[in-house]
Amino acid sequence: MVQLLVNGTSRNIDVDPDTPVLWAVREQLGLVGTKFGCGASLCGACTVHLDGQPIRSCVTPLSEAEGKEITTIEGIKNPDGTLHAVQEAWIKHQVPQCGYCQSGQIMSAVALLKETPDPTDADIDSAMAGNVCRCGMYTRIKAAIKTAAKEA
Amino acid sequence: MSTLSRPEKKVAKKSAKKEKRANESRGAKWTRRSFIGAGAVAGLAASGALVLGIAIRPGDRTDALAGYVTEGDEQLLTTWVKIAPDNTVTAIIPHSEMGQGIHTALSAMLAEEMEADWDAMEIMEAPAEKDFANFELGREFLLGGKHIPAILFDTVNGAMLTAAKGMNLQITGGSTSVRFTGTGAMLTAGAAAKEILLTAAAKQWDVPVSELRAQKSYIYHDASNQSAPFASFAEVAATIKPNLRPALKARSEYKLIGQSLPRVDIPSKVDGTATFGMDVQVEGMKYATVMAAPVHGQTVAKLGALDAKKMSGVIDVYNMDTYVAVVAEGYWQAKQALDMLDVTWTQGETDNVNQAAIFAQYADALDTGESKTLHKAGSVSKANASAASVYEAEYRVPYLAHSCMEPLNATAWVRDGKCDLWTGTQNPLGTRMVTAETLGIDAANVTVHNQFLGGGFGRRASTDYTDQAAQVAAKAGVPVKLIWSREESTQQDQYRPSVLGRFKAALDDEGMPLSWESKFVHKLDPPEASHIFYDIPNQSMQVVDSPTHVRLGPWRSVDHTQHGFFTESFIDELAANANMDGYQFRRKLLKNKPRYLKVLDTAAKMAGWGKALPVGQAQGISITDSFMTIVAEVVTVDVSSGEAIVTHVACAADAGMAVNPDGFKAQMESGIIYGLTAALYGEITIEDGAVEQSNFHDYQMVRMDNAPVIDVEIISSDARIGGAGEPGTPPISPAVTNAIFKATGKRIRNLPVMNTDLGAAS
Repeated sequence: MVQLLVNGTSRNIDVDPDTPVLWAVREQLGLVGTKFGCGASLCGACTVHLDGQPIRSCVTPLSEAEGKEITTIEGIKNPDGTLHAVQEAWIKHQVPQCGYCQSGQIMSAVALLKETPDPTDADIDSAMAGNVCRCGMYTRIKAAIKTAAKEA
Repeated sequence: MSTLSRPEKKVAKKSAKKEKRANESRGAKWTRRSFIGAGAVAGLAASGALVLGIAIRPGDRTDALAGYVTEGDEQLLTTWVKIAPDNTVTAIIPHSEMGQGIHTALSAMLAEEMEADWDAMEIMEAPAEKDFANFELGREFLLGGKHIPAILFDTVNGAMLTAAKGMNLQITGGSTSVRFTGTGAMLTAGAAAKEILLTAAAKQWDVPVSELRAQKSYIYHDASNQSAPFASFAEVAATIKPNLRPALKARSEYKLIGQSLPRVDIPSKVDGTATFGMDVQVEGMKYATVMAAPVHGQTVAKLGALDAKKMSGVIDVYNMDTYVAVVAEGYWQAKQALDMLDVTWTQGETDNVNQAAIFAQYADALDTGESKTLHKAGSVSKANASAASVYEAEYRVPYLAHSCMEPLNATAWVRDGKCDLWTGTQNPLGTRMVTAETLGIDAANVTVHNQFLGGGFGRRASTDYTDQAAQVAAKAGVPVKLIWSREESTQQDQYRPSVLGRFKAALDDEGMPLSWESKFVHKLDPPEASHIFYDIPNQSMQVVDSPTHVRLGPWRSVDHTQHGFFTESFIDELAANANMDGYQFRRKLLKNKPRYLKVLDTAAKMAGWGKALPVGQAQGISITDSFMTIVAEVVTVDVSSGEAIVTHVACAADAGMAVNPDGFKAQMESGIIYGLTAALYGEITIEDGAVEQSNFHDYQMVRMDNAPVIDVEIISSDARIGGAGEPGTPPISPAVTNAIFKATGKRIRNLPVMNTDLGAAS
């Protein structure tokens, strides 16, 4: 039994502690907004926050997450239920196409802005380079991050 | 029925309405009918409930269709639209949403002609039924004297679709949605619906129809100050025979078309609620993962599964002949067990095939094989005889994987002679037919629940992954979600063909081409991909077959990816050979083609073609015409680090008109990045018969830190509406290599760029 704190709620999961956080979150907790992309920390689709830091959940075992706060795409709305400034900016710039990578992109962007509220192009390049978007919406992602930085 | 947390994909535009069994496709007998002409009638639902229906096809099936897409008192107005008693208009879209924004664009086209209230409109993806097949797509290809696009290949057990099987078209691909379904069906359906509603209102109010107007889902008679919602005329409208050729608006009258309407699918894609095939939940569902023979065509010789079967969470291991499958409580457990399997595969001649041998085979085929002429004009032999000189070049491009972000997956539940299948597919109807054949059951007993696609690019037009899900689920006896690993998705793709092409031009004494000859291997689609639009009188394009065991499939823009590179590289070489600027050289050969000139000039102007650039930087230009859209791109490349960095892309595109300009721009941006990834890094190679690459570490992608700034300018012309999803891709690779040539003097004839040493950093 592994005890987890996910999006502010304590959850007990009966799985092998070696199981990656990704699969526990998706299959045991039904939080399927976090996506499987590569299984090898190469694409960023599975990005969640562990104590506020972006991690690749496909290679992070549950044992490493015990006692820490996990935040997924389902948990980043504002306390009043409105969208996070990054999500709003994503809509404003019409960022997603297929949308499959966007949970991971948004989680990386939220973490970036928390650390660096007014990021330069280089900051964005460096923070977001781990997130692949096969639809190639990089121009829009960059613009949306800048918009979110302004409005946050 | 299964219990699902999100049972069916339905895009609710405003509020989340009650769940509808939208994508159900249950038993019904469909009669074959011809594609000729269009028909339309109104009718009653089998239930006796009033239905106002028209279908833009002969042999109306409105009453039967009503059962699939309506519930309660809703009225099916046409095959593509229905009206609920609360006056909500729902567009029924026969295309998959994979990020191209098609649900938004097509419903806007319908709303435009119908005068429906866009803000209160709902959108629903059509079920996998023949009556929702892409009628216009079929007619365009089957009756228009054109051949069937490659994206339709392999949809019926590997057989190329024939005209006789053309009824099974419900495909999203070939940049066809707006081009054919939109202009052919949605506009007409909307206009026809409006006409019968107006006629009904005229009868009901006893006023001339000419005094009525429709606006935002209401009908107005201004003279008597009357107005009423569309829904209130349904009963009378049901008695009216709709007009087959309703009057359509002129483009200048459009209010919705041409507006950058926000995409309806986007909100669910920023909060994690969008349901992709990967996200489907079925009660009692188990997970499976598979490994197919690394060398395509081989089968399992021996399977050692004892250790794997003992692993925690593992339910069973299956030998499926061409692949092995593990079923477990979770994907991760299934994958761990799959990696523990001891599989011996059969051996054959293809075990020795490697990439060099494949290109050697192609060269041999070009030297000695029988060629088929695709296009011929004038006489290339006479041109060669009178030429001042002859210029030749040979190009080659590699196999490419699709690398959709969402690894391939499908969830199947097979029981009681029935199958429910949840997946993201570009081909729901073909999937339904093939699943039925695979399971040996009637297609009427197969229900395809199509979901959002986490990328398609042509890969999700095939049925290999859904077939596996059906087979494994049938064996397991429980619902099974079958997920391919990224490695499996990379190594069991249906690849963009690797191609070898030879080009030859006879030149006059100024270096201008008198002839254009090409000879290459492989031909998928579209037929005109190797054609050129340059004003060169003598032409010969020939193809030679040279099959291998490597599976091929349609890849974003299909043959235009190879031929865009070949044509626009060779024309650039001819320009350099003539000591002319590449832009001016093209202008000279396009002087009688104002539409092309405008696109080319616009891209050149956007990029400041010819401006002074820092040392190590240069610009390259290209122009292609694919899927009825002309696109020119000017790339700025920086090679000062010793590596080619594309810093800027200026893109000008003429698709006649852009239905959703922002969506169109997004498609260009996307097509450019997709093609740039291929140009710089894309290469699938074969070693010992198998694909060498496996994941994003050895099959690299353009990422945020090496993505160029992209500017897109849309040119509106009088031309028919062209495609958007693919035309941005073909020009990018030659624009990049043409820029590299200018910066370094090195002409790259073999992609990807990363295989060429550009020399030391300056």
